[in-house]
Amino acid sequence: MKKLKILTNGLLKENPVFVLVLGTCPTLAMSVSVINAIAMGLAATAVLICSNVAISLLRKVIPDTVRIPCYIVVIAGFVTLVQMLMEAYLPDLYEMLGVYLALIVVNCIILGRAEMFANKHTVGESALDGLGMGAGFTLALIAMATVREVIGNGSFAGMEIGFLQNYKIPILTAPPGGFLVFGCLIALVAHITKGKAPQRKSFDCESCPSASFCRKDCAACEKTAETEAK
Amino acid sequence: METYKLLLKIIMTSVLVNNYVLSKFLGICPFLGVSKKLDQASGMGIAVIFVMLIATAATWPIQTYLLDPNGMGYLQTIVFILVIAALVQFVEIVLKKFLPSLHKSLGVYLPLITTNCAVLGVTINNITDGYNFLESMVSSLGCGLGFLLAMVIFAGVRERMEEADPPKAFRGIPITLAAASIVSMAFYGFGGIVTSLFGE
Repeated sequence: MKKLKILTNGLLKENPVFVLVLGTCPTLAMSVSVINAIAMGLAATAVLICSNVAISLLRKVIPDTVRIPCYIVVIAGFVTLVQMLMEAYLPDLYEMLGVYLALIVVNCIILGRAEMFANKHTVGESALDGLGMGAGFTLALIAMATVREVIGNGSFAGMEIGFLQNYKIPILTAPPGGFLVFGCLIALVAHITKGKAPQRKSFDCESCPSASFCRKDCAACEKTAETEAK
Repeated sequence: METYKLLLKIIMTSVLVNNYVLSKFLGICPFLGVSKKLDQASGMGIAVIFVMLIATAATWPIQTYLLDPNGMGYLQTIVFILVIAALVQFVEIVLKKFLPSLHKSLGVYLPLITTNCAVLGVTINNITDGYNFLESMVSSLGCGLGFLLAMVIFAGVRERMEEADPPKAFRGIPITLAAASIVSMAFYGFGGIVTSLFGE
């Protein structure tokens, strides 16, 4: 039962994109078309599962003080692996994803799960968490890409929808549409869950997955900076 | 003359047309997180320019003189992120020791920038676009300036937004994203400016 809960956590209750609002950059950039969204989601899921497993295996070996650089090396290694495989077998998708494929390294979902989950749990649980979170990320990307592609381009996964051809709203596939659709979908999820989900309220430091290793306490950190400035 | 024209074109492109935040979606976290107050937003923007410049100055020679001649281009991602992370830490220590006044104004933002996708993105893009060293530096400067410009404009918008009263579900992040969409729309209008000024 507990295992199932770990798996479904990432899908709905703690969806990394719409509830925790992590990984905003690839979400906005790669939701122009459904194909892109699926490719990005699967690539990130693969890296997430692999890095979660590796970090969980190494959690007793890695010294606490240098854990973040270690996580980054592990993640970067798997990202390089995915890049090379994609370049070899799916060159078209590799071209489409471009720089965003390499930028999976700095996707805060992956580093966040390593820091919040994988270094405290067993290998099996970490793999399930990676799968659940990755699936949540992929589904969110597909949902957003569907809205943007169907309304903005009158097509779904590259297939044209006949009757929509005269009613396209191209701005939705352009950058401004990305921000707008993302905002509306987060509001929709917030409305449906009516505040039951641990909704992230703002982009402040407390809710940032990097907060634990950036500077332990952001408020104190700002305060020191202010007093030093005086 | 041609060189100046090319460099100006690179700057214009990266500041206005391909603005990293508003049209390439890189560096969204600091853009939404640190834009509440104008002074914080400009501090963050200047820190990003600074880090982008030193990151490019370090990674471009590594790629050109170390990785490429030895056929190790595939190590790009690993090497770049490590170099950037180490460099930011190193610069922070050096600033703290030798330029405490600069450290006071930028220091808070430096650790935040290590895992910022805009910095890694600009170094990788400079290599993929095939820029030489000078062009890479200028392009990094342009991207940093574009980031600063977007931050400052958006901070102004958000100060106004504090007084607004959106529907309950839209409070917080959703309305911020909707505002970002409008700012992004303004930049979308610059689309054809570079080709009409400089030709293809």
